[in-house]
Amino acid sequence: MEMLTVLNPLNLPLAELEVGKQFYWHLGNLEIHGQVFLTSWFVIGLLLIASILATRKIQLVPAGFQNMMEYAMEFIRSLAKDQIGEKEYRPWVPFIGTLFLFIFVSNWSGALLPWKLIHLPDGELAAPTGDINTTIALALITSLAYFYAGFSKKGLGYFGNYVQPVAFMLPFKMIEDFTKPLSLSFRLFGNILADELVVGVLVLLVPLFLPLPLMVLGLFTSAIQALIFATLAAAYIGEAMEEHHGEGHGEHH
Amino acid sequence: MNPTVAAASVLAAALAVGLGAIGPGIGQGNAAGQAVEGIARQPEAEGKIRGTLLLSLAFMEALTIYGLVVALVLLFANPFA
Repeated sequence: MEMLTVLNPLNLPLAELEVGKQFYWHLGNLEIHGQVFLTSWFVIGLLLIASILATRKIQLVPAGFQNMMEYAMEFIRSLAKDQIGEKEYRPWVPFIGTLFLFIFVSNWSGALLPWKLIHLPDGELAAPTGDINTTIALALITSLAYFYAGFSKKGLGYFGNYVQPVAFMLPFKMIEDFTKPLSLSFRLFGNILADELVVGVLVLLVPLFLPLPLMVLGLFTSAIQALIFATLAAAYIGEAMEEHHGEGHGEHH
Repeated sequence: MNPTVAAASVLAAALAVGLGAIGPGIGQGNAAGQAVEGIARQPEAEGKIRGTLLLSLAFMEALTIYGLVVALVLLFANPFA
């Protein structure tokens, strides 16, 4: 990043912009991005503590923290119900909810927590979803989930989806199986990384006050991205389980 | 890095973001305009229209973000360097 250090001639103690520098851990032959693990564990811990605290003393009339978590729960449930449908959505609420909460808290942790105060030997702590590996993992899990949903509902009849509504659609539907995780992961990764980069560049140029509105916009887009990821995952699952009434010829009606 | 590859990468990165912003820009403008028209016709549907608009804007924005990802790969993780 020599290009951007030129912009900081006074050597102010600002967050350095580092792209592509990782805090490598070696695990056998594998090199893993340590900073992503640290932040993901933190986010997972935060979510675990929050859920344990909220469910420790469950009251019939919720108050305080339990109230907030119940609101989140209702939100996720209505999201799943809208996309998957009244009949099938129940078993998928935990999956959709996990995706939504993990992505949401990760995105916001990157913007709200002062990660830069903790110095690593290499790389820096940031939102775990700003790393392509995290988002690809999430997207592949989503792919597996909708295949599982389709197969468990219809068995091998799931392949019938590929020739609906016309057999001509087969190659497009097959390509779609690859583009779905690709676009899911790139959308999330690109948005989060872009947010952090834009704020970083602006902080380099004008350290005070001016980046604030952009940070608020970043919070907004990160929340929307979490919502979109969860909505799309639910929509794919719902699509995989969808019954095609047109082909049934009176089987169901 | 080979200077020709470097120059080509920088140009390509600029083009990827710049050209990639055109389509979604037009699309977002259309969507926002139609949404405003919808709200003007039917102010009571504002909440629903706003929710749908935000979701679809984010989808369109994703297209530019793909260009941005390509640009970032070219600048910071160039496979031809």
